Amino acid sequence: MYNAGKIIIGIVIFVILATFPIWYNHGKAVTLPQLELPKDEKQCVEATDFMKSSHMKMLDEWRDSVVRDGNRVYVNGAGKQYLMSLQVTCMKCHTSREKFCDRCHNYLNVSPGCWDCHIAPDYKVAERSK
Amino acid sequence: MDDNRRRFLKIAGLSILGMGIKPAADALASAEPKMIPSPEALVGKRWAMVVNMKKLREGGTEVMDRLSLACHSTHNVPDMGNPKSDVKWLWQEPYEHAFPGTESEILHKHHEGWASGLKVLVLCNHCDNPPCVRVCPTKATWKRPDGIVMMDYHRCIGCRYCMAACPYGARSLNWQDPRPFIKTELNREYPTRTRGVVEKCTFCFERLAKGLKPACVDAAKNKELVFGDMEDPKSEVRELLKTNFFIRRKPELGTSPQVYYIL
Amino acid sequence: MLEKAISGPKSYVAWVLVLLVILGIGFANYLRQLVFGLGITGMSRSVSWGLYIGQFTFLVGVAASAVMLVMTYYLHNFKKFGKITILGEFLAVASVIMCITFVTVDLGRPDRAVNIFLYPTPNSVLFWDFVVLSGYLLLNIVIGWTVLGCERRGVPPATWTKVLIYVSIPWAISIHTVTAFLYAGLPGRGFWLTAIMAPRFLGSAFACGPALLILFCMFLRKYTKFDAGWEAIQALAKISAYAMVASVFFFLCELFTVYYSQIPGHMTHFEYLFAGLQGVGNLRPLMWVCVTLAIIAAILMVLPQTRNSETWLPVGCATVFFSLWMEKGIALVVGGFIPNPMEVVYQYTPTLPELSITLGVWALGFLILTILYKVALGVRAELDAGSVSVNAPK
Repeated sequence: MYNAGKIIIGIVIFVILATFPIWYNHGKAVTLPQLELPKDEKQCVEATDFMKSSHMKMLDEWRDSVVRDGNRVYVNGAGKQYLMSLQVTCMKCHTSREKFCDRCHNYLNVSPGCWDCHIAPDYKVAERSK
Repeated sequence: MDDNRRRFLKIAGLSILGMGIKPAADALASAEPKMIPSPEALVGKRWAMVVNMKKLREGGTEVMDRLSLACHSTHNVPDMGNPKSDVKWLWQEPYEHAFPGTESEILHKHHEGWASGLKVLVLCNHCDNPPCVRVCPTKATWKRPDGIVMMDYHRCIGCRYCMAACPYGARSLNWQDPRPFIKTELNREYPTRTRGVVEKCTFCFERLAKGLKPACVDAAKNKELVFGDMEDPKSEVRELLKTNFFIRRKPELGTSPQVYYIL
Repeated sequence: MLEKAISGPKSYVAWVLVLLVILGIGFANYLRQLVFGLGITGMSRSVSWGLYIGQFTFLVGVAASAVMLVMTYYLHNFKKFGKITILGEFLAVASVIMCITFVTVDLGRPDRAVNIFLYPTPNSVLFWDFVVLSGYLLLNIVIGWTVLGCERRGVPPATWTKVLIYVSIPWAISIHTVTAFLYAGLPGRGFWLTAIMAPRFLGSAFACGPALLILFCMFLRKYTKFDAGWEAIQALAKISAYAMVASVFFFLCELFTVYYSQIPGHMTHFEYLFAGLQGVGNLRPLMWVCVTLAIIAAILMVLPQTRNSETWLPVGCATVFFSLWMEKGIALVVGGFIPNPMEVVYQYTPTLPELSITLGVWALGFLILTILYKVALGVRAELDAGSVSVNAPK
């Protein structure tokens, strides 16, 4: 092999960098996020499993339905009606974005853009002075 | 030969059985979730607004300030404080700015004429033939079946072609993050917008969906603004326009604006 | 072939480094713009398009000008352009990349740019602008690279390349026609509502592009071994000359319609640009310089004595370039917004970050152009030296 020395060094460096996530956190388990559930309501708009897997898709559908199709009311699988609104419906029960939404999102390093526009219940007006 | 036919019949039978599984499962499954309009929504075929300039002149700038405030506070519209990055949905303009070219140059020089010193409220005209809708590359703005020229702030890419196309200067871009500039108390039932998207009056579509009139019309205690369905012969807007002389902004451009100004 | 761009004389390396520095500073300012918002520029609620869109408008014309070379060489067999069609095609590539970059830096939400492709809207001219610009870029990259590669190997280009070349000719016309249509179809903007907007774009494209190419060719003639041939340069100069005269004529036509009809909504824009309006007029100096340069340019390019002169031709080309850059790159776009639809004057002054980003995009364009030209020159040098690659058929 030509330039064997340089190439082997290069391969070693690459392997170290590529496996960084594995060896850097080795042995340290981060605790799973603990969500603070609403105190009054036990039943969300849909079943918990569905919400866990598909709340983003449902919110997207709500967004398009309200903004683009002029709808307002969501009738879930069991026939119960809800207003399709993140700020009014979801946040009525999940009163803290930090203690609920952000917990999983931070753990998974997901930053949905909702909060740029939609006002979280714990958005403090004092933040304006920043 | 018999063997092949038998095999064919077996496979055909199984296939038909298999194809029947989905319809059966669907029939047995619980009802599909549905998304429907609200039952109390105001329904119209062609929403329009009548602006009573005489009443606005009587009420003066305080009334117009109050009506703008009603709109801007309901929708968390920021007060940027300078004409460069101004964001406004409903605001006052001198008559000759709202209706350029209609003044008499001579009377204007002498500060005379019925429109001298008159200020009028201007807003998006929700045109029937809107050039802004024609030019939007992503359909972030479009005309609803009920006539409202609507905005989807999620889809807008901030290209500002609609701002160039609007002949009335009704649209505003968020040149920076608007939240620090919202001077009114936040309406927590309505979102704000981000920097980089264009916004304008949407005839309070969210209030119409709840059976309420637009915020500015609601705040116009003396019927300075009247809202209604142009296609409903019994609506107040139709009645007013039957008996009052009205003008519209730049009608010669063919945009068919649906905000009518009566004297 | 790209390896030809990696090495070069010290002056080449220095030039590339300078461009990279300008590009880097521009990029840093763009990051500031992403964080703060477009308010970092001089644009406003009334003048909602400024330098970025102006530069895009101007460069679309330059990009289209490659067709002048391609059409004459391939369609009309004008052999003298044989050596420089590649320069035209590569100029088109660099220009279109600059166009797309200028539009991207102008977007309020560039992270949503894919929406144009996810939700195509055929009634929007902007949608078609993206389609034709992307198509033209692809066409020119493929054609330029393939033809250069074939030339290097001493084989004629394949039939499919020829087909693409023929397609690129009307496509080039389409890119600046569609860009002109962005402006010419807006009912509320009297300054732009003219049927000759697309012909004006054509005129300035065919004046400006060849002028720029002539400047490049003369530079390469002086400082490298690449000689496009004086006859080819003269042919380009004649095209540029007549296109410049046409551009001046079109402008005079606009002046006539506006001032003879005396419609205030149309006159006020010209008044603001050339005389000032409502007490202000920061574009006045630019406009009068533009007009003066345009007249000088037309004279220098039309008169054979100056066009044929090695000293005066570059002067003529530079005046063509700068006068049309002032007109299309600044005056056309900004003038359409002042006064605003309420007949009120709000002026536009670009800010330093905006200027830096603009320069950065120009640096990007010049960098791409430099690299591509270096490759083309490298291939030409190879061919002239007689070294043909091993795979060439006999």
